[in-house]
Amino acid sequence: MKIVRITAVARKEFLHVFRDYRSLMMAIAIPIMMLVLFGYALTLDVDNVPLAVWDQSGTAQSRDFIARFDGSRFFSVRGTVVNQREMDYTIDSGRALGVLVVPRDFAQKLAAGRAAEAQLIIDGSDSNTATIALNYAEAVVQGYSQNLVFQAIRRNGLPEPRQPLNVKPRVWFNEELESKNFIVPGLIAVLMMVIAALLTSLTIAREWEQGTMEQLIATPVKGPELILGKLIPYFAIGLFDVLLAVLMAEFVFHVPLRGSVLFLFSIAVIFLIGALSMGLVISINLKNQLLAAQFAMVATFLPSFLLSGFMFSIANMPHAIQVITYIVPARYFVTTLKGIYMKGVGPSVLFAEVVFLMIYSAIMFTIANVRFKKKLS
Amino acid sequence: MPAIRLENLTKRFGDLTAVDSLSLDVVEGEIFGLVGPDGAGKTTAMRLLTAIMEPTSGDAWIDGKHIRRDAEAIKENIGYMSQRFGLYADLTVAENIDFYADIYCEPRRGRREIIDRLLEFSNLQPFKKRLAGNLSGGMKQKLGLVCALIHTPKVLFLDEPTNGVDPVSRRDFWRILYQLLREKVTVFVSTAYLDEAERCNRLALIDRGRLLACGTPDEIKGLMRGAILEIRCERPRAAAALLKEKLANATVGLFGDRIHAVGERPERITAEIGRILAEGNLGIESIRLIEPSLEDVFVSVVAEVGERGEGRGERERSN
Repeated sequence: MKIVRITAVARKEFLHVFRDYRSLMMAIAIPIMMLVLFGYALTLDVDNVPLAVWDQSGTAQSRDFIARFDGSRFFSVRGTVVNQREMDYTIDSGRALGVLVVPRDFAQKLAAGRAAEAQLIIDGSDSNTATIALNYAEAVVQGYSQNLVFQAIRRNGLPEPRQPLNVKPRVWFNEELESKNFIVPGLIAVLMMVIAALLTSLTIAREWEQGTMEQLIATPVKGPELILGKLIPYFAIGLFDVLLAVLMAEFVFHVPLRGSVLFLFSIAVIFLIGALSMGLVISINLKNQLLAAQFAMVATFLPSFLLSGFMFSIANMPHAIQVITYIVPARYFVTTLKGIYMKGVGPSVLFAEVVFLMIYSAIMFTIANVRFKKKLS
Repeated sequence: MPAIRLENLTKRFGDLTAVDSLSLDVVEGEIFGLVGPDGAGKTTAMRLLTAIMEPTSGDAWIDGKHIRRDAEAIKENIGYMSQRFGLYADLTVAENIDFYADIYCEPRRGRREIIDRLLEFSNLQPFKKRLAGNLSGGMKQKLGLVCALIHTPKVLFLDEPTNGVDPVSRRDFWRILYQLLREKVTVFVSTAYLDEAERCNRLALIDRGRLLACGTPDEIKGLMRGAILEIRCERPRAAAALLKEKLANATVGLFGDRIHAVGERPERITAEIGRILAEGNLGIESIRLIEPSLEDVFVSVVAEVGERGEGRGERERSN
């Protein structure tokens, strides 16, 4: 193993990247674009659910009840409907996600002390949002009816009853329950997986395609020298991308970083070696740039997006799928980054993840070295 | 010890035998030409000898090292220029050379002088800063040669180095090769151009992976059976067509505006030709006996092997 050869390959590879604006774009612009796109678009927060009302009662009580919805931060009343046809149209067209129907006898029933009814129709085509909206609605109604009960008790001069049970929830790590706080760190992990594998997936295939590899394998350069030399520039670019992503998380998305920056970058280093080596393995095996890039994209994007716990909680997956997630390297990087960002935890808590990432990187790097042959087939 | 020795070297791709039991010796310090038509197996032979492809069977030694067992040791001491331009188009001339100098671990001390000498010798000095992709075909080949010579190899393998290069650059290229001979470099060059083959010290004719003949250009020419008559006449096309139809015991071919007739007994054939052309009212300017060119030999040897019904089968497309 000669350092001269490794640096020669690394220098040459740097020149390729810097002289080809497309590869530079891919290395720098795509991560920024994807981070902005996903960072803003992928919000799971359900706020201000657009609501229409059909107030058949038209009384002070019904208006008070509706104001409860409009006043909460979960709903915003966008309009009124006056008949069945309009109601259907509002939901069909998506102008409102739900319609609150207050029946004609709402005020009378309340005045008579009987249970009044109201109907909430929710568009269930997006089940996630619908579930959250329903929970919000229930909370609003609960509060409203509790208020009425207390009012009645007070009017009758009775002592206010004590609540039998009072849960005081306190949310840790992400107090505001803002989805960006866990999406952005996970997104950094997913992005790095895709970008890293994509970057190196082209490099060996390109040499085979352009005929430069035939010349190179006739020299005494060793396989590991070539592989290390090719990893170095993309490793530097990958690390730069991580830095870019961390800065964007801080200054664009304002995601609090609670853990150690040093630990974050150490993990990124380990992860990058694995992901970049995986790109090389793909490139070595396919020997075709287009195929390699497409394969790298599919092999990294889908598993890291779906099976890493980035968006969908692994604990809720069927058992068989949960087993598969263990071999998705992004899973460990996602867990580590979320841990560092939100919980501020370090290597003692994330020990298993760190070890898994190390094993993954060692395996990928070894495969790349073993699979690379200085022979034409 | 020969610089290159092949013993029954064979490479098969499925049903296709690209190199078929090739046995040869190449002496140190000579320019040895591997000559054959496209698909003869030249490129495959080159790849086997440069240890970048595994043979199916047989052996070969480069400077005493075995191509399978000592593949990496061989690569230290050979230079190789693949048929397709194998350098980096987006790197400059100087960057490509420096890259290969590093790959061969040429010591920094004295490297400048070696590079300058090679640039001088190949007339590439003014183009040092030009991207390799922007060089002309001839200059690209010279750059390839410089990169293959940077470590002063013992054996240089050139796979059709002048393919698609203009005649002036070809002559330049050969001038450089002759200079190398003075430095005791053994050059193993493949070519489909027969005029180039005549510039080699010795050569091997191959077709469909098989060795047809091996020797100096003169020895090869001596293999020619019969003599060649060159006929100049007023309407060469018509005359050639007529002769092809009527002339027995000779092969007729049109070379530009001249007709070549190849046969065993030149006197009789001359008389025959005179008679046929006179009957066809075609005037003869001259008929003379000429030295066979390699092209004639090649056509004759390949035709002879073909007649014996050997080596039939699909031709390899080497590229």
